[in-house]
Amino acid sequence: MREHSMQRREFLKALTAAGVLALPGCATPGGSASKGKVVVVGGGFGGATAAKYLRMWSNGAIEVTLVEPDAQFVSCPLSNLVLGGSQTIASLTSSMAGLAGRHGVRIVRDTAVAVDPDKRSVRLQSGIDLSYDRLVLSPGVDLLYDLVPGLESAAARQQVLHAWKAGPQTVALRRQLEEMPDGGTFALAIPLAPFRCPPGPYERACQVAWYFKRAKPKSKVLIFDANPDVVSKAGLFKKAWVDEYKGIVEYRPNHVLTGVDASTRTLKFEIQGNERADVLNVIPPNRAGEIARAAGVVTANNRWCEVNFLTFESIKVKGVHILGDAIQVAPAMPKSASMANNHAKVAAAAIAAMLAGREANPAPAILNTCYSFITDKEVVHVASVHQYSNEKKTFEPVAGAGGLSPAMSALEGEYAWSWAKNIWADTLA
Amino acid sequence: MNIVLSTEETVRFPPTLRVAALAAAFSHAALLSAQAPDPDLARNLASSCAICHGTHGVSQGVVPSLAGTPKADLVAKLQEYKAGKRAGTIMPQLAKGYTDAQLELMAGWFAEQKK
Repeated sequence: MREHSMQRREFLKALTAAGVLALPGCATPGGSASKGKVVVVGGGFGGATAAKYLRMWSNGAIEVTLVEPDAQFVSCPLSNLVLGGSQTIASLTSSMAGLAGRHGVRIVRDTAVAVDPDKRSVRLQSGIDLSYDRLVLSPGVDLLYDLVPGLESAAARQQVLHAWKAGPQTVALRRQLEEMPDGGTFALAIPLAPFRCPPGPYERACQVAWYFKRAKPKSKVLIFDANPDVVSKAGLFKKAWVDEYKGIVEYRPNHVLTGVDASTRTLKFEIQGNERADVLNVIPPNRAGEIARAAGVVTANNRWCEVNFLTFESIKVKGVHILGDAIQVAPAMPKSASMANNHAKVAAAAIAAMLAGREANPAPAILNTCYSFITDKEVVHVASVHQYSNEKKTFEPVAGAGGLSPAMSALEGEYAWSWAKNIWADTLA
Repeated sequence: MNIVLSTEETVRFPPTLRVAALAAAFSHAALLSAQAPDPDLARNLASSCAICHGTHGVSQGVVPSLAGTPKADLVAKLQEYKAGKRAGTIMPQLAKGYTDAQLELMAGWFAEQKK
């Protein structure tokens, strides 16, 4: 039966090529052409990929509008290298022009502020309303500053940076590290999981230590982790802190941050008391981006969005799909760029099928690949495969598959850059 | 599970005949039940690989392109990875996560993509 369906597609392609049918929106007896309007909110790894693949997989029949305030795409993956000083933010910045030019995505430089799921309409900050048949929210994370007393004011937040969204904050934190005298201390506060990019904070500690080792060898990196242990790639990171960064990195688990004094550069912990440092980097607890809450799709723990994993449609609000870091993840599924890219493709395929009057793919399988830089060139990975379980209605990691690097290597450093070039192009070009 | 065979068969027709043959197949397909597996399953599964091997299997980096590689070659490599008989960093770990049928589908899809 599958062969026949393939031939039907071939048939449509052949007719289109012959000029018999004019896409978009051709009505066919089988109802096989997708058509409709999709609005995608958020042009990161999830949203931009969804926008591109919706256009590609509908042969341009689905009208796609991408709402994104930033003109350029700045990659969070690899941005810890900017803190280490081996890369610049410019080397991680890409144009979004290919989405419009090559794929016909309409890009609106704006911010979505409200959703009316009954009218199927999304309101932008400028006051414009966009109507949709399907809405895709890929809003990333917001940082819960109300859980970090002492960082209420804008001034305090300019002193104590998060750098958890690549861009100006990354550059500003690098400047603070450059200005810190040798013999100083960099203190990194990590929130309780789940948060965006589970290995990210530990990679950051490595990159700052890499910089100190060369430029400021008397300096220290103190990691204050709210979690009981390193959340991702624990063995590999701990080995690096002993082998590569002995005497520089100190790891302290079970440190739950209860407040910050920006003026004295002091971190306050629930049990352990106060710690002063020269450069503070506080990553507040994360939750789904604000538009998810405004749309009423935040259903888990007041932070994350539960979805139907066959479509990534909200379990609560019909017609609204959520991708990437904002979702309540399936078991052992990290909040990573690779996962967001994979979410986007499951959602794009499902939306294209549903807009063509077909069922969503009942058997998706997706994968994760995540590289972390220990030095400027030596890298470790974690990988996993997640198959949809019809019985459990979620993705499950495949037992016996996936895993970690045995050790850091320069070869994996080359693969990491290859991954970056490919995922950036897959998302944007 | 032989999507690839079926499309290979269709491309052997001259273009005009191909349209006619496909038209016949289409009218048949329209009568088939909605329980058919997703016709885009191979494409959907293979799309995951793009993060390292590029969109449509055309790589922008040192990791090899897969587009246009003969299906038999790809299946053989994937099976070696899966069986632990081929060294690698990530692929031995990922190949173990897929069924043989899924690996066949993905390999067949990449074989059909333009280099």
